Amino acid sequence: MGKVTFDVDNCKGCGLCVLACPKKILQISQDVINKKGHHPAEITDESACIGCASCATMCPDCIITVERE
Amino acid sequence: MADKVLMKGNEAIAEAAIIAGCRHYFGYPITPQTEIAAYMAKQMPKIGGTFLQAESEIAAINMVYGVSSAGKRVMTSSSSPGISLKGEGISYLAGADLPALIVNAQRGGPGLGGIQPSQSDYFQATRGGGHGDYHLIVLTPASVQEMAELTIKGFELADKYRMPAMILADGTIGQMMEPVSFDFEVAPQIEKPWATTGTKMERKHNIVNSLYLDPATLEVKNIERYERYKIVEENETMYEEYMADDADIVLAAFGIAARVAKSAVNEARKQGIKAGLIRPITVWPFPKAPFKKAVEHCKAIISVELSMGQMIEDVKLASEMKVPVTLTSRVGGMIPTPNQILEDIKKAAEGGR
Amino acid sequence: MVVFEKPKALTDVPFHYCPGCTHGIVHRLVAEVIDELGIEGKTIGIAPVGCSVMAYDYFTCDMIEAAHGRAPAVATGVKRADPENHIVFTYQGDGDLASIGMAETVHAAARNENITIIFINNAIYGMTGGQMAPTSLPGQVTQTSPYGRNTDLCGWPIKVCELLSELDGPEYLERVTVNSVAHVRQAKRAIKKAFQNQIDNKGFSLIEVLSSCPTNWGMTPEKALKWIDDAMIPYYPLGVYKDRSAQKKEA
Repeated sequence: MGKVTFDVDNCKGCGLCVLACPKKILQISQDVINKKGHHPAEITDESACIGCASCATMCPDCIITVERE
Repeated sequence: MADKVLMKGNEAIAEAAIIAGCRHYFGYPITPQTEIAAYMAKQMPKIGGTFLQAESEIAAINMVYGVSSAGKRVMTSSSSPGISLKGEGISYLAGADLPALIVNAQRGGPGLGGIQPSQSDYFQATRGGGHGDYHLIVLTPASVQEMAELTIKGFELADKYRMPAMILADGTIGQMMEPVSFDFEVAPQIEKPWATTGTKMERKHNIVNSLYLDPATLEVKNIERYERYKIVEENETMYEEYMADDADIVLAAFGIAARVAKSAVNEARKQGIKAGLIRPITVWPFPKAPFKKAVEHCKAIISVELSMGQMIEDVKLASEMKVPVTLTSRVGGMIPTPNQILEDIKKAAEGGR
Repeated sequence: MVVFEKPKALTDVPFHYCPGCTHGIVHRLVAEVIDELGIEGKTIGIAPVGCSVMAYDYFTCDMIEAAHGRAPAVATGVKRADPENHIVFTYQGDGDLASIGMAETVHAAARNENITIIFINNAIYGMTGGQMAPTSLPGQVTQTSPYGRNTDLCGWPIKVCELLSELDGPEYLERVTVNSVAHVRQAKRAIKKAFQNQIDNKGFSLIEVLSSCPTNWGMTPEKALKWIDDAMIPYYPLGVYKDRSAQKKEA
């Protein structure tokens, strides 16, 4: 249904996308550290994404691209 | 010869600005320069220009900053206390390499001071007036005709060197009436590819800015600007010499003070004293050459000013103190008489101090 | 099909803002509106002094950096330089717009200057490290009100939309926020209207955006969004404070 892509290296790990996601399928990674030194956002269940773009709407750094079938 | 019209100095500035292609004027009321605003308020609507009375001198200079950013000729005018308020904006204009014309019809200071003529903003004008390393091109008219001519020159130089220019006048020249001819050749305005006029989706965005957080970049910007200033110094320094070639006593004076000084020179010559005058027309860049030449033959230099002695510092530097340099001045709105100057010429001629 | 991506009116330069700072959302909304209205080529933006001082690096349109508080005066100049061909917006914070630049703000509004102002109210001076702003709330702890804003000592916050709404000049005044998806969508509608008003030559539009400053509020980004709901909106109610064209229609 939906697909989100993160520009991982420009994510600041603020978590506003996590808060906004109605499906609760986003999280701040605890393992990955990006170039900026932040734990970036990641998706836990790609199949559950509905492509609503709530995450991207709240992302202050414009790092989320959303596609929908 | 073209027809001349009888006009106040301030009005001559306004008319010349219009001839120079200036279609945007922003000001705030202050004596003694209000005629400029009044003239612009009348004329601009007739020629599709903008006259806007701003809420403050600060707002006015920032409106100037906006129009200049958009690549158009623009001016503001004020008098001493108002110029202090514009200091911030002038520094930003200089820092963003923006051309503009600023008129200062000087009055006595400091503080609210008075409304009578003065030349006590010399330091402020020639040293920049605001914060940071920068200069303005400072033009000092001594007649109504020069008010007009130097206004046009000011716009041209400002555009050419991408820096603000100032007409450093005073209440007297602003208010007095003289015949003036507006038969000028005005050079076509130069292209301004740096201006923020909208990309029209044809180029990368232009940015008008004075912020450089990286110190190495800011240093380079400053050095580049001073290299440009060096070219201005080499090419655009203006002065008038009056019987200075063989003078024993050389007067240094600009603007209204130079007119009184000229009378004193004439009187001194009548009385057999070889007096002369060097009149800087640009006070930044300051004309050093005529003073270097003068000290080869003169006995003394007298700086005649309507201040407690400001230009005298540049005169001392330019003459390298090879002869005594003294001050003849009145301040607070007072103007020296030719006699006062003559007395000081006589003293200097006798070798007294 | 791509349903959401970075707008074209933003450059590739990553924002320098702190994690969770909502400046980025508002920048994006402005850029989206510029894209949708197709006005990038004629738009000139004015950056303030404050956190968004480097906004000139982020927008692809022509940009000018103004002195602190003077953006409305600079915008006045740019607009009047070519009223037919310039779309001009300023982007200013609360210290810039409501403290040092209050005179420029009020007079641009009074003149109904045909410009668009995006006003970020986050109740604090961000760039300088969290000092009390003209919009800091009563009791709010900041670096320069360490015991909480004492209204006996330093007065009351300034409600910009309410204040300007008393003037006959301005065309459109609305206060929005960006602390939820629904609020972001409303904010975008407001910003679009503010630009459309300028295109339609209606005059001065100001959109006040209640924004978060997690760093200087000393909160997580999540708590900061909640603080907008709990503390800011009650003091600064959202809504349209002036819409002259709509008022005219009603009358």
